[in-house]
Formats: sequence, C-alpha cells, structure tokens
Amino acid sequence: MSMTDIPAAEAPVWHHRSFAGRLALYAGWLGLVALFVWCWNLMTERTMWVFVHDAPKAAADLVSRAWPPRWSYMDRLWGPLWDTINIATLGTLLGIVIAVPLAILAATNTTPSRLFLRPLALFCIVASRSINSLIWALLLVSILGPGILAGILAIGFRSVGFIGKLLYEAIEETDAQQIEAITATGATKAQILSYGIVPQVLPTFYGISVFRWDINIRESAILGLVGAGGIGAQLNASLNVLAWPQVTLIMLVILATVVVSEWVSARVRHAII
Amino acid sequence: MLSVENLTKVYRTGDKALTDVSFTVPRGQVVGLIGPSGAGKSTLIRCVNRLVEPSAGSVRLNDLDITRLRSGDLRRARRRIGMIFQEYALVERLTVMENVLSGRLGYVPFWRSFTRRFPPADIAKAFRLLDRVGLSAHADKRADALSGGQRQRVGIARALEQDPDLLLVDEPTASLDPKTSRQIMRLIVEICRESGLPAIINIHDVVLAQQFADRIIGLQAGRVVFDGPPAGLTEEVLTRIYGEEDWTAMRQAAAEDEAAEAEQRDEAKKMMRAL
Repeated sequence: MSMTDIPAAEAPVWHHRSFAGRLALYAGWLGLVALFVWCWNLMTERTMWVFVHDAPKAAADLVSRAWPPRWSYMDRLWGPLWDTINIATLGTLLGIVIAVPLAILAATNTTPSRLFLRPLALFCIVASRSINSLIWALLLVSILGPGILAGILAIGFRSVGFIGKLLYEAIEETDAQQIEAITATGATKAQILSYGIVPQVLPTFYGISVFRWDINIRESAILGLVGAGGIGAQLNASLNVLAWPQVTLIMLVILATVVVSEWVSARVRHAII
Repeated sequence: MLSVENLTKVYRTGDKALTDVSFTVPRGQVVGLIGPSGAGKSTLIRCVNRLVEPSAGSVRLNDLDITRLRSGDLRRARRRIGMIFQEYALVERLTVMENVLSGRLGYVPFWRSFTRRFPPADIAKAFRLLDRVGLSAHADKRADALSGGQRQRVGIARALEQDPDLLLVDEPTASLDPKTSRQIMRLIVEICRESGLPAIINIHDVVLAQQFADRIIGLQAGRVVFDGPPAGLTEEVLTRIYGEEDWTAMRQAAAEDEAAEAEQRDEAKKMMRAL
C-alpha cells in the first residue's frame, strides 16, 4: 500500500492562495487589461496615421541621407570626445568628494546627530538625485556660462545623490558586531570608522563609484546639447544644420565610448569584488 | 579586581534585564556566567565596559568607577578590558595581523592606526600572541579565510593585545564544534592562569562551565540565583537557574518524542500485516 492509494475524498486539499486571494488576483489582471485598452485608445486617438503609414519611407529616406558616416569629420571630434571623458571622470571625483561625508552624516549608525545633521544630509542627497544632469547643466550654464566647468559641476552634483544614497545604505548594512568589537578596544570615533566601517563598505564603495563613472560617460555625452561642453555640442550643431552623416558618426563615437566604459567598469568591479 | 555593585539595567522598552546584581572577581579568577537565554548574561558583561549603559549601580575595576567615566576616560578604561565574542567579531576583510593590532587602537593616535604604522613593541607583541595561540603562519591571511576555531584564536589574541586587566568573554564556543570548543576554553583559561587575569565567561554549556571555571554565577531573569564553586551545581541548583518547568518540560518533550516514535513503529507493523 502506498500513499497514492488514499481515496480522493480523504486526500487533504491545499491551495497556494485563499479564495479571496484568487479573486483579487483575477480582478487585478482584469484591471490591468482594461488599463491597457484604455491607454491604447488614448494613444491612437492622438496619432496622425498618415505620418505613421509614411514612417518606413521616412526612415529609409533619413538613413539614406545619414549613411555613410562622414569619417573625415572625426578630426574635429577628438577634442570634444576627450572633454566628454574628462567631464565624466572629474565630475565623478567631485561627486565622491561631496558624497562620502554626506553618506557618513546620513547613515543612522555613523551620524553624529540624528535630529539635525541626518535630515540635512538626507535632504542634500534627495535634492541632488531629484534633478537630472541635463537640468543641472542648464542651471549651471546660465550661472557660469557655457563650457566644460558647468558640465563637470552638473555631473558632480547629480552624482552626489546617487553615490551618497547607495553608500549610506551600505554603511547602515554593516555588521554591528565588528563595530562593537572595535569600540570595545577603546578606539576613538575616527578609528572605529577606519577599522570597523571602512573595510566593510570599501568593495561596495568602489563598485558604486565605477558604476557611476560609467553612467556619467553616457550623461556627459549629451550635456553639450545645453552648452555644457563635450561631444554633445557637436551633435547639436550637426543636427541644427541637418548634417546627417556627421550625426551618424557622432552616434557611433558615443556608442563606442559607452561600450569601452562599460567594459572598463565591468573589469574594475570584477577585480575588486 | 572587578567589583560590581547593585547593577541594574532597564531597557527603554521597560524590560528589566538586570536587577541588583552584585559580585566581586579577584585577580586570576575565571568566572563562568550561566543562565537561560534572555537571563541578562550578555547585558551584564556589556554593562561592565559600558557597551550597554547601566541604569543604576556601579562597576569598579581596580578602584576606578567605570560607570562614572566621561567618553575620553571611558575609552582609556575600555582599552584595559579585553573582549571576546560569540561570532568572533573580527573585521572580516582585514588581515589577521591588522585584527590583532586593532587591540592597540586605544593606545595609538589616529594617523598611526590609519597608516598601519604601529609601534614596534606592539607588532612584536602581536607576533608573540599569534605564536601563543598557534597562528603565526597565518599573520597575513585575511580573517575571512580562517576556520571558526582559528578566528576565535585571533579574537583571543586581539583581546590580549590590549594588555587587559580583565577579560569579558561572550559565549566563546557557541559557534564551534565540541572539540574546538574545549580547545578554545582551555586556551582562554590557560592564558588567564599564566598572567593572573580575571575573566567573566558567558556560557550556556553547563558542562564546559563546570569543567573550566573556578566559580559559577547563575543568572535567572536578571538576578543572581547562584554564586559558588562549580561543584555546587547540583540538580536542585540547576533547577533554580533554568526553572522547574524547563526541566520537566524537557523531560516531557523527550517522553513525548519517545511515545510518538513507538506509535509510529506500531503503525508500520499494522501496515505490514495489512499487506
């Protein structure tokens, strides 16, 4: 006699979800489908179908005008490309310099004052994160005038929030026992930080910084659109005069840069962690 | 010498962890602190170096009232109190040597500790201690590359690197296998004997406590309910510490397990017959 011989009537019944739970799930799916249908109607209502029907022809026309890329234009791109990489790198460094102290002030286990400094640090981090680099650049260009400096500051200010948030979360997730043990030796606050906390968050910190640098390469490529230096300025100029072969070349250069930066950041993170 | 007088700890939640705990530990004595989980063992030893702030009472180490110290003096007092932890509490990503040298943090200025340039005497002492605990070959390995027993040895070396007047040991064997537990307990007790170092060892293994401690203090719900030689730990005393119900419940649970097993055996026999 085995377990399968138990009569069906006596077999215990088990459901993953309760009846109400299943009902709620079906209702949820129904709602989602309804939302999709509604959105689809809204979208098609405002679409001019003449243009959409025309799209393949328009795209083919654009590609034929943009291809082949104007390789000779490369001579004028090396400078802006170098600027773009510098904006990303220096901006990331600036972000790190500002974000590290902010993260220490913002983490519950390292902040010197929960009532005053912690909310202030959190506010700085949120403020930095809530403003896109492009908006930062717009503001800074109008303050500092166009150029690389505005780009570096824009990238730096945006990076503060990203690095600060991830770093203070890493600090809060450190093992309290290791910190307790260092405290028990009679260490000062600074020593507790350098022996108890820094070794625990260092790999995360490197990972965050390299990841942000990688993002910043991409972001700094478009900052030129608002006059903050780099290859985006060339893109803007070429778009304005409808020089499509130049636009294609710039896109290819940006793509290559991003691929290389991604490869570098992957290698660095792999080496550290 | 350590003397604890009328120590009381009430947590902010209102939980009374310790009530009127008093005892003195003379030079060279190894005290085993036993009691059920939640009896306040951990709180008690953390009140001694004020990792937990006591609510009332005093802790004196060699006539220095630790409970009255301000932060700077408290740090100077802490560096003379070595602490060994249940899960070793080593800084996992630092090397064995850095972990042992961190025992000197209370003695060296920040820049020296930051640049890892400790005084030669500290480094010599660290090598001597690593040799003493049998890890001299592992000085440059990272702490997380070691086994549990080895890590606890590093923990012991770190505590001794402080030049302590007192050792606080929090469940040193809870994460170790029985054989390693014995070795670690023997090592701690030997070292205390060698240098006349008093120690308080939190331990839930009654047999280990009896075997290695000079004196047993039993805590129950934050009060001292036994204080005497290991030989005095009779069944009746254990009942006082761990509670009557625990013992009967434990026996009852064991009996129930046995009964259930017997029932299962009968069932199996019946099935066999049915087939």
